[in-house]
Amino acid sequence: MSKVKYTQTEMMIVAASRLLEDGKTVFTGTGMPILAALLAKKTHAPRLAIIYEAGGMCPEIPPTIPISVGDSMTTYKAIMAASMDYVMNFIQAGYGEYAFLGAAQIDIYGNINTTVIGPYDKPKVRLPGSGGANDFGSLCWRIIVLMRQDKQRFVERVDFVTTPGYLSGPGAREKAGLPRGTGPWRVITQLGIYGFDDQDKRMTLLSVHPGVSIEDVQNNSSFPIKIPKKVEVTPEPTDEELKVLRSLDPYGVVLRK
Amino acid sequence: MEILDEGKGELLGWVDPEEHREWVRKNKCLSMEDKTMDLHEAISKFVRDGSYIAMGGFGHVRVSMAAIYEIIRQRKRDLIVAGKTAVHDLDVLIAADCVSKVEVAYSFGHELRGLSPASRRAVESGRVKVAAEWSNAAFQWRFKAAASGLPFIPAYVLLGTDTFKRSAAKVVKDPFTGRPICLIPACFPDVAIIHVHRCDKYGNCQIDGAFVMDYELARAAKRLIITTEEIVSTEEIKKEPWRTCIPYFYVDAVVEVPYGCHPCNMPGCYYFDEEHIAEYLRMTRTEEGTKEYFNKYVFGVEDFNDYLELVGGVEKLNYLRRLEQGRAKFVYPWISS
Repeated sequence: MSKVKYTQTEMMIVAASRLLEDGKTVFTGTGMPILAALLAKKTHAPRLAIIYEAGGMCPEIPPTIPISVGDSMTTYKAIMAASMDYVMNFIQAGYGEYAFLGAAQIDIYGNINTTVIGPYDKPKVRLPGSGGANDFGSLCWRIIVLMRQDKQRFVERVDFVTTPGYLSGPGAREKAGLPRGTGPWRVITQLGIYGFDDQDKRMTLLSVHPGVSIEDVQNNSSFPIKIPKKVEVTPEPTDEELKVLRSLDPYGVVLRK
Repeated sequence: MEILDEGKGELLGWVDPEEHREWVRKNKCLSMEDKTMDLHEAISKFVRDGSYIAMGGFGHVRVSMAAIYEIIRQRKRDLIVAGKTAVHDLDVLIAADCVSKVEVAYSFGHELRGLSPASRRAVESGRVKVAAEWSNAAFQWRFKAAASGLPFIPAYVLLGTDTFKRSAAKVVKDPFTGRPICLIPACFPDVAIIHVHRCDKYGNCQIDGAFVMDYELARAAKRLIITTEEIVSTEEIKKEPWRTCIPYFYVDAVVEVPYGCHPCNMPGCYYFDEEHIAEYLRMTRTEEGTKEYFNKYVFGVEDFNDYLELVGGVEKLNYLRRLEQGRAKFVYPWISS
């Protein structure tokens, strides 16, 4: 039981950071993912290689977190300031273990929309598009999605498949020509952690965060989430994790947002 | 090769590489000549209404804002812009009504700062058209194909998605593996504008920090305008030739514009001017505010030096330098409190 009070955002970041195995590569976007990667590096995974798509390879912990995945904090005491071609070829050749993605919408197979809400030609909201997400989602081995969950975001059909999940189900990625053995691996929301069933590739609950019920999980999704017989509870953030996390974002750029 | 699927996005910036070779032979200057000129001349000479333009850097990192303000000052219209992660650069051009079409990998957002109010208005109302969707890797491979004088680059991205359907890529059966592979068409922009840390008067350039896609973009564009923090002697360049990332062959104009990236981040030199960016984001929430912004910061000033005075002059610029060195307190006025 942690003594320090924590927010949903902090729970999500801590849960994400714990997934990252030491000595692997991780590709992150701005916001929560950067903090998750930095937290892992400061705690259990000191040899984690953090890489940014604009070319920053293995920077040290910067004085403030990057606003852009290309700003000078992404090459702070780095081993290399490379290029996007370099980084994208690196992951296409199999060197990309984890990548973090965000999503405005996700479906049961982990397909992600960050392009448009509503009809494509007459959008209700025009979002920024793929960025590097389609590339990471196509080429990295293990994709971790960090997003808020509700019925508008966990949808039966995403308005636009920006980034491939398991597409229409088992075998569909391979049929489309995507490298085998890749795909969404975990989804972390303010309610719990999800994986994808080995057989049917549908989203499955792995654990609920403290205080969250299985009804909460179902009530905040427009598609049925598979519930296993035994559902774990995500361990709360420890005081140490919270202390380190808050020190990584001294200005509260993400944590206060 | 058997075509398995085709995206229905508009194919922009593509020409047959044979034609491009001939264009290069006829138009590019291969001798080392002084390319220095002022911004007004560079923009009026190479950027036309309807040009396809691409900005170097990364949207709000190492972008040539000085050139963008000059494009706005010259009231260029109907530009087609490569949204190859375009952030402040594109948003400002759209807000100033210079753009009619965008190809999108990442556009209409300011990364951590949220969506762009001006761009959203323009796109959601249909004033600016999205001609095609791409991913960041796909866009830079388009430039790489062009830089290599090839019609396309094969890659394992876009496959199976709506991003592909709205792109102008094709999926074929790879004759080596027998599996589907995506062919990403070359893109030869009419003009690229790249802001660098230093170059000589001929355009031999050095960039500090991440190159993003500028190796490829510099070679893909038909015309290349370099804006630079400083012009150095060719002797300086020759001391460390391994640092030259763009040689003069590709360069059509060299313009010295210290702080030319303001309010964006110039790695190693100066950090984001978050106060100015917040002011921009606030003012562009409405059409009236947008007009006011450009009247104040673009039409209301003589030139870029005047603009720098207006945004805070030496004191502000020194502060942005200290921030970049981690020696001042960061501020984030756009965080909702």
